[in-house]
Amino acid sequence: MLAVKEIKFSTEALKKVDEIIARYPESRQKSALLPLLHLAQAEFGWCSTEVMDYVASLLNINPIEVYEVASFYTMYHLKPSGKYVLEVCRTGPCCLVGAEKIINILENKLGVKEGEVTPDGLFSFKGVECLAACGYGPVLQIGPEYTFYENLTEESVDELLTQLRNKN
Amino acid sequence: MAQKILLKNINIPGINTFEVYRQHGGYAAVEKALKTMSADDVVEEVKKSGLRGRGGAGFPTGMKWSFLAKPEGVPRYLVCNADESEPGTFKDRYLMTHTPHTLIEGMIVSSFALGANTSYIYVRGEMMPQIRILEKAIAEAKNAGFLGKNILGTGYDLEIYVQPGGGAYICGEETALLESLEGKRGNPRIKPPFPAIAGLYGCPTVVNNVESIAAVSWIVVNGGDEYAKIGIGRSTGTKLISASGNINKPGVYEIELGLSVEEFIYSDEYCGGIANGKRLKAVVAGGSSVPILPANLILKLANGQPRLMSYESLAEGGFATGTMLGSGGFIVMDEDACVVRNTWNFSRFYHHESCGQCSPCREGTGWMEKVLHRIEYGHGKMSDIDLLVDVSKKIEGNTICPLGDAAAWPVASAIRHFRDEFEWHVNNPKAAMDGNYGLANYADPIPVVEEAS
Ligand SMILES: Cc1cc2nc3c(=O)[nH]c(=O)nc-3n(C[C@H](O)[C@H](O)[C@H](O)COP(=O)(O)O)c2cc1C
Ligand code: SF4
Ligand code: FES
Repeated sequence: MLAVKEIKFSTEALKKVDEIIARYPESRQKSALLPLLHLAQAEFGWCSTEVMDYVASLLNINPIEVYEVASFYTMYHLKPSGKYVLEVCRTGPCCLVGAEKIINILENKLGVKEGEVTPDGLFSFKGVECLAACGYGPVLQIGPEYTFYENLTEESVDELLTQLRNKN
Repeated sequence: MAQKILLKNINIPGINTFEVYRQHGGYAAVEKALKTMSADDVVEEVKKSGLRGRGGAGFPTGMKWSFLAKPEGVPRYLVCNADESEPGTFKDRYLMTHTPHTLIEGMIVSSFALGANTSYIYVRGEMMPQIRILEKAIAEAKNAGFLGKNILGTGYDLEIYVQPGGGAYICGEETALLESLEGKRGNPRIKPPFPAIAGLYGCPTVVNNVESIAAVSWIVVNGGDEYAKIGIGRSTGTKLISASGNINKPGVYEIELGLSVEEFIYSDEYCGGIANGKRLKAVVAGGSSVPILPANLILKLANGQPRLMSYESLAEGGFATGTMLGSGGFIVMDEDACVVRNTWNFSRFYHHESCGQCSPCREGTGWMEKVLHRIEYGHGKMSDIDLLVDVSKKIEGNTICPLGDAAAWPVASAIRHFRDEFEWHVNNPKAAMDGNYGLANYADPIPVVEEAS
């Protein structure tokens, strides 16, 4: 078996963990689960079983309590994804102003299907439900910062991809 | 000029900072409430204002507050619902981004009124930038003595925390939200007990929408009676409308309730008319969950009077010819929009977002998505149309939470008003793949006697 890198938060992140747990009444530390999963995903890239077990140990809860939550919510990645996950809104109001076209453009430009990762490991894309930005559609977001790109056109998608590629 | 309450100062540079917000009269509500009023006085003003919940259901806020149980020695909680995920709705994001202190000020006076010493703002996880904006605003307010221990020397203590969601529409439902805030899956709870009796951690809890809470500050400063003077009838005050779709000026608008729908769509102050010189086909007036109406019925009531942007006027005619104000997500479709495709899209949304606890919702939303998909993609049968109506009726009213109804209504109403377009898809599968049905005959109002039972 390959040696697994030890899963442990940085000192800075651990400080943040304490700060988050302090928001809730005593013995209600489980409330910190969703925020900690976000923190873990930002730190480790995705929510592997090891990562989820680690979060469970921090909160003193059973691992199953973490698995059932991580699998319920759409924001937690249960498998590795591209470095940049382009999440495009696919819901009605955005489709009225061209979201489906943007999804096709992404599929063509990246040369992968929804959910797959490009060979360079940089990109994957995914259709997601309404992002509460319907007046600025078509829109996409990129985690873990959840930066927003609005009023997308073929040109602006091109520009965005080039810009992200150049960063690497 | 229509009166603005929530967005009055939105264009002032720096209004997102404590300093500028304060210079423009911000936090006066906190000073007034904490120094000169009792908690019950604040509840009384909110009752007088007639403010109704802006999250979708329109329940009177003051009345909700007066139901809050107050057992000795048990903490009470205020939880702000900033999950904003109803398709077509993006007003809370706008308010939190541009004037976060409007929400924080409202949170402080509302928490004071309810006797809460810890309050949470549950923000959908995708709004990470807004979460940071709110955390900064909270830190600024705390720094200035408006939060924390012994606020303004009055002896009142309050902490506000921002909680991120994990991406799930159902967590906008208030009991699912509370489950999620407790670190669990967002499965709605069976009611009763209502949150006012047993909410967060089993303690008495009030859940309110961002916009409802933000309106409380103005009510405290100016009085409930003044607020009630704005608007029309039982639709008092102003409402944020999120306008999207095929219009010239999509965006968030604050309107005085009672404005005519026609003026809202066509005047330059608001949507600025239909984009690209097209004609209006249909509107979903209150977020994806409310019934869709064809152009003639959204603009005018069955009796020919203009329809107004108010709870009552939008609902006029019941399910036969009316709809609902809902969350104020106003989605406009032009003559090129395909009602069948949009209905399929919405049913995919509800299927995706169903938490799966109740079989009518879990199975029914899946069925509706599948059948609508086959009609849209040219494999539909005429009997599918009635099948959809049948499935929607079997979901409606048979579920734990209102998501079931929210999934059923868009389908039932689309078929009620646009049946000819569905039939055209079945009869012309090829043409339906390449083109769309246009405006056509949908515009005939349905006689009022057909009102759904
Ligand atoms: C499926 C579903 C989703 C909802 N989503 C939201 C939401 O995103 N934001 C919101 O404020 N209310 C939402 N609600 C309504 C809440 O359950 C609740 O009525 C509301 O937060 C109460 O606040 P208000 O009285 O101030 O409107 C939703 C309800 C349902 C059934
Ligand atoms: S109606 Fe749907 S979303 Fe609501 S509790 Fe039942 S299954 Fe879950
Ligand atoms: S429909 Fe795309 S953001 Fe709402």
